[in-house]
Amino acid sequence: MVTLEQYHSDDPIAWCPGCGNFSILDALKNALVISGKEPNKIVIVSGIGQAAKMPHYIRCNTFNGLHGRTLPVATGVKLANHELTVLAEGGDGDGYTEGGNHFIHAMRRNIDITYLVHNNQVYGLTKGQTSPTSELGYISKTTPMGALNPPLNPLLLAIALNCSFVARGFSGDTEHLTHLINQGLSHKGFALIDILQPCVSFNRVNTFTWYKSRVYNINEDPQYDPHDRNLAFSRAQEWGERIPIGIIYKEDRLTLNEQQSAIKDTSLIKQKIDQKSFESLLEIFK
Amino acid sequence: MDVDVIIRIGGEAGQGMQSIGFAIGKVFTRHGYYTFINQDVESRIRGGHNFVQIRIRNKPVYAIKNELNLLLALNKQTITHDLPYLMDDGVMIFDGPKTGFESDNPNHFSVPLEQLALEIAKNKIMANTVATGAAFALLGFDLEPLLDWLEEEFSSKNSEIIEKNKGCASAGYDYVHEKFRGNMAQKVPPAPLAKKKMLLNGSQAMALGAIFSGLKFYSGYPMSPSTPIMEFIASIAKEYNIIVEPAEDEIAAVNMAIGASFTGVRAMTATSGGGFCLMTEGLGLAGMTETPLVIVNAQRAGPSTGLPTRTEQADLRFVIHASHGEFPRAVFAPGTAEQAFYLMSKAFDMAEKYQTPVVVMGDQHLNDSYFTIDGLDLDQVDINRGSFLSHERIASPKDYRRYAWDESGISPRILPGQTDAVLYADSDEHTEAGHITESAGVRKQQMDKRMRKFERMTEEIGPPEVYPETKPDIMLLGWGSTYGAIKEAVDVMNREGIKAQMIHFSEIYPFPSQEFFRKISKNTKIFAVENNFTGQFADLFSSQTGVPVFHKVLKYDGRPFSPQEVVKEVKNSMG
Repeated sequence: MVTLEQYHSDDPIAWCPGCGNFSILDALKNALVISGKEPNKIVIVSGIGQAAKMPHYIRCNTFNGLHGRTLPVATGVKLANHELTVLAEGGDGDGYTEGGNHFIHAMRRNIDITYLVHNNQVYGLTKGQTSPTSELGYISKTTPMGALNPPLNPLLLAIALNCSFVARGFSGDTEHLTHLINQGLSHKGFALIDILQPCVSFNRVNTFTWYKSRVYNINEDPQYDPHDRNLAFSRAQEWGERIPIGIIYKEDRLTLNEQQSAIKDTSLIKQKIDQKSFESLLEIFK
Repeated sequence: MDVDVIIRIGGEAGQGMQSIGFAIGKVFTRHGYYTFINQDVESRIRGGHNFVQIRIRNKPVYAIKNELNLLLALNKQTITHDLPYLMDDGVMIFDGPKTGFESDNPNHFSVPLEQLALEIAKNKIMANTVATGAAFALLGFDLEPLLDWLEEEFSSKNSEIIEKNKGCASAGYDYVHEKFRGNMAQKVPPAPLAKKKMLLNGSQAMALGAIFSGLKFYSGYPMSPSTPIMEFIASIAKEYNIIVEPAEDEIAAVNMAIGASFTGVRAMTATSGGGFCLMTEGLGLAGMTETPLVIVNAQRAGPSTGLPTRTEQADLRFVIHASHGEFPRAVFAPGTAEQAFYLMSKAFDMAEKYQTPVVVMGDQHLNDSYFTIDGLDLDQVDINRGSFLSHERIASPKDYRRYAWDESGISPRILPGQTDAVLYADSDEHTEAGHITESAGVRKQQMDKRMRKFERMTEEIGPPEVYPETKPDIMLLGWGSTYGAIKEAVDVMNREGIKAQMIHFSEIYPFPSQEFFRKISKNTKIFAVENNFTGQFADLFSSQTGVPVFHKVLKYDGRPFSPQEVVKEVKNSMG
């Protein structure tokens, strides 16, 4: 039996009091415990930003890499040892701007990792600048006259690319978020979980109350079928008075790691190197 | 008797010059000769003016020579462009009917290449095979070995294609035999089939070196001239269970390799200068997180897009300093196919032993040129994976610290999932346990730890190759792909009574130990020979050794040095 205690880290937490990150941390730890996986079999790859500090506060294998570069590192980890459970984690700046290209191609690959994006619609660690998900007209020190570029809708982008698991959570609903992360972990393929999260220090627009009064669980509607791509497209555009959370879109397709013939029998790291076996290669050149 | 024959095949992209060059190189290598094949191609798929040049010798050859004995002109542009390089007793074969070119010179010999190809194979593209047959006849070599090679080369195709190719080669051979009344001075005497030597290019040698070192993961984005490395590894990936992942960009390529290496397999990526620019943040990431990493930078002429298919050695200073901050790295620059093979193996060993990045620098001239070599000594490629803590050796999993202090700077690694412990790797400055820190003391300790590795790495760097050993009056200093041109230039000068010596560096950084350089006499004039504008290595050499360089012999037109060019410029500047 895996316990919460096993996932406990002693590293002191560097987040602002009241930050949504705390409940995301709780949800992730709970989900990992429910999944029954041992901490040493988990790898979390994170980028840079307040969100990306999270794996330090969990006892598990961590690669805290570069801003925006979580997904390529996580892809390398998964391909080298697909028996590990691999998560990637960062904020909206990390994932949707700096790492935009990697985000697109990780979804195409359908590499079997779970990607948590703490989306607070603002750059937190650099102290409150406009992010790719900030709303049109959002005023900050980098856009004092208001943001001119409309926000990126990560769910729409993901559905367009046939991302095999597209979900949105809310840091204010830990229980639901735990459930979502757990679903993401058991999903075979790339699982995007965009997590709405208030930034208590910098985002005065999209506050806890703002989100709380708008979010609803789309999966409570028995008519909603996440496998219906057109329906998912339509509901992913819902934003304003009502914001859906839950599993928006799902598709069953082969993962990149499943299709790699090199690891059909055993993971790359378990394969012994036999130099003798290469000698026949030299004949090609004779 | 000394055999030294230079054949140039010129034509448009798509006319199959590389096939001819490779066929000639392969057959003569199999029959005991040494060949060196270089390519001069434009960055396009069809058209333009390209050539492939083969040098055949009966002793090892590592350099080009631009005094042609045989010119195969597949189009008119080749005649205008390349005829000036033909020696007085050299022969040009050209396609008279196709080019409309006429000449009274008995050594300019028209062969209706396309007509013969159409007659025999109903396909004018096989004019290149006709030309190959014609070349064999002029060289005075037997036709049979060429026919055997064609049979093998096309063995996966149907018998009709094999027969058509053999027919075209025979037609070219016979046409020359019957009709050519001129004289070609240079011959290659027939020799028995040996099949002992190998013919491979720098990229293939690098790829083989990586594979023999236990490479399991390659991620990359194609970029000339590095792409053949990726393609060769991909071609054998299924058989040897290697994962080759096409990355969305070079940033992804380097980060994927870092992820795979962190997890415990040998991983690499290869690119050219522009791609290496994108990889620089990843280079620093590997340095900071202490993740082993091997990157090949096959240089081309820069800056920016530069000359995509041409050669230059202008990334040295960049590679040595790439990425912000300070961290240990090693930089190698092989000068031959053999060195490329062995240095890849050393790169993987050093990357894992010191848990840090190693860059192997090639360039278009090294990577695309084919070398005949006597073979590879596999005993030299032992795999040394560095310091690990196994499941059994971890007494207290809770207390494992990834960056634990050690006098050597090397902290034993664990691999995720392979022990009861967990590890934290961090791009931020970190504590011994791998957590983010702002502590001045810890920062200093971790910097000291990382840079201690650099001191130890210096001890493993091999000295430059010195040739010949006799006391010189002048030294020719070089690194990487200028090896062949410098070595031959030294031979030429010594024959002419100039006491010259080559000092060639293939292991560049950390700079080799100083002992050797103290012995250089103050009266020895040093000439640095480099394919760049500023003499980057010369400056590094002088700053590291305090020994001044007398003159820089520099070439930055995208073309490789010939030994003759080096000799000429050295003599001109000797005063």
